Amino acid sequence: MVLKLRLTKGRREALTGILFTLPFAIGFVFFFLHPFWQSIRFSLSQLKIVSGGYILEGVGLANYRTALVVNADFLRVFVEAVGRILIDVPLIVIFSFFAANLLNQKFKGRTIARVVFFLPVILGAGIVLQMEQTDYIMGQLRSGAVESGVLSGAVLRQFLYELRIPEASLDFVIEAVDRIPEIIRASGVQILIFLAGLQSIPRSLYEAADVEGFTGWECFWLITLPMLSPLILTNAIYTIIDSFTTPTNPLVKLVRETAFGGGGYGLSSAMGVLYFLAIAIILLIAGAIISKFVFYEE
Amino acid sequence: MTNLDLRRKRLIGRGASLIWSLFRGVIILGICYVIFYPLIVKIPSSFMREVDMFDQSVQFVPRFLYLENYKMVWEHMEYPLAFWNSLKLTTLVSLLQLAACTFIGYGFARFRFWGRGLLFSAVVFTLVVPPQMIMIPLYLNFRYFTFFGLIPEPGINLLGSYWPFVITALTGTGLRNGLFIYIMRQFFRGISKSLEEAAYIDGAGAFRTFLQVMLPNAKSAMLTVFLFAFVWQWNDYFFTSIYMRNAKVLPVMLDGVAFDIMTTAHYISDQYKSILDNTGMVLFIVPLLVIYAILQRYFIEGVERTGIVG
Repeated sequence: MVLKLRLTKGRREALTGILFTLPFAIGFVFFFLHPFWQSIRFSLSQLKIVSGGYILEGVGLANYRTALVVNADFLRVFVEAVGRILIDVPLIVIFSFFAANLLNQKFKGRTIARVVFFLPVILGAGIVLQMEQTDYIMGQLRSGAVESGVLSGAVLRQFLYELRIPEASLDFVIEAVDRIPEIIRASGVQILIFLAGLQSIPRSLYEAADVEGFTGWECFWLITLPMLSPLILTNAIYTIIDSFTTPTNPLVKLVRETAFGGGGYGLSSAMGVLYFLAIAIILLIAGAIISKFVFYEE
Repeated sequence: MTNLDLRRKRLIGRGASLIWSLFRGVIILGICYVIFYPLIVKIPSSFMREVDMFDQSVQFVPRFLYLENYKMVWEHMEYPLAFWNSLKLTTLVSLLQLAACTFIGYGFARFRFWGRGLLFSAVVFTLVVPPQMIMIPLYLNFRYFTFFGLIPEPGINLLGSYWPFVITALTGTGLRNGLFIYIMRQFFRGISKSLEEAAYIDGAGAFRTFLQVMLPNAKSAMLTVFLFAFVWQWNDYFFTSIYMRNAKVLPVMLDGVAFDIMTTAHYISDQYKSILDNTGMVLFIVPLLVIYAILQRYFIEGVERTGIVG
């Protein structure tokens, strides 16, 4: 009797759960999985619009060949986009970690500083960012800053070269300095996540450390960093996804222009699939590397 | 350990903290400058005349406030109409996304059922796949929409209407909806079960408990999700330009404003196009700034309290 009652209760719970999540299950199948599958099919065929619909003609791997061998832009833009992410992700994670620690301290004007730091979340998305990229005035100022600025690439390169910094890391440093504004503006959500994490660290840990006579430096390495390490993984993954899908990403633009600018749906789909594979591989590698350093309480 | 030593130590400590404060202040001001920089450029240049662009003596600050740009952009963007359309679309879509994601997130947080883990990894999967990859099939699906085979071929054309937005919002597959489901699930998991148990004992069903007991407690998380949904939808050009290419909404009108002036009024140089674009961007951003100024408190505190970090 008791057993039967429990069973029905469990079943009812399962049924309610399925009902609650059913909208997503439907949406996932019809507006995600199906398009996903279709896009793989498109990439293997040529799509022709006929009256009242479209037909597919199988062409094997021709679209992939076109993307990788024939198309002049794809491979270059692809390598650039992936390379940029490898530079951006560590910088964004480190910067947002640093900024969150800064904003977590008590000082005058903290509220205003926070409001400003998260402003890019509001403004730095979509159409405005896209237009700024090709904007004439912004472009003028950018090149003007390079010509007259103290941190112009050539001067900095010379300076670092004389410091005997290895060639390989030289490019990284110069690229990094060049991208400071972009990096700051792409860090809003990540700062928010780290800040939330910082505030969830129990105060008692720091109090205990204080009693033991730990310095602020030791507290940072022994408490703050390990406690936030799971969020480093979260933020790295978020950043990778974010920079891969932002409309200012040149590869995203290329995929889009190919589709609607006459390059063919098949070719565009093939580019999309290759792009997705690259994201998946990078995410897996990044996840595997970072999770080695993550500290879990349990 | 003399008294003098102690005093000296304290003095050094105070000096160090003063230096750190200064250092911190400089860094924060610098970062704020970088963030405001695009705005600092946009606002003055929106008041410039075309000749100012060629005049070397005009840098940053325009000679006088030239309002003609605003008049022109305002008219060609059909600003009042586009604003109203954007407001309607954005409010509708973000409210639907909020409702759907709260509902779905609650289901994931509270009920055990077969396939829950798998379905939740599907949520994460939707976040990882770039929307560009499924853009063409989605476009064609809504162009020849057969309602999963219920409507006879060739189906109906939903492009140009709100329906593609409404349908994807209701099923939690809209713009970054996976993130919203994730946030709501984390939030509901953090709430103690005792409230619901009390409601169940009183004989309320799962849906009534959700509506009457859980929702009032989820206000802060819901506000955060709503703000994100609203802002991202307002900014969205990607889906809007696919689903409603000719709609008079702000992102679409902003993108085409210079071209529109070029084709209907007169030829414009690159420099003047840039002035007009910047004027349009200011007009586009202002409503967002107003909303952010009013609600920023909830935005920041909300994220901190929702337990987004698990």
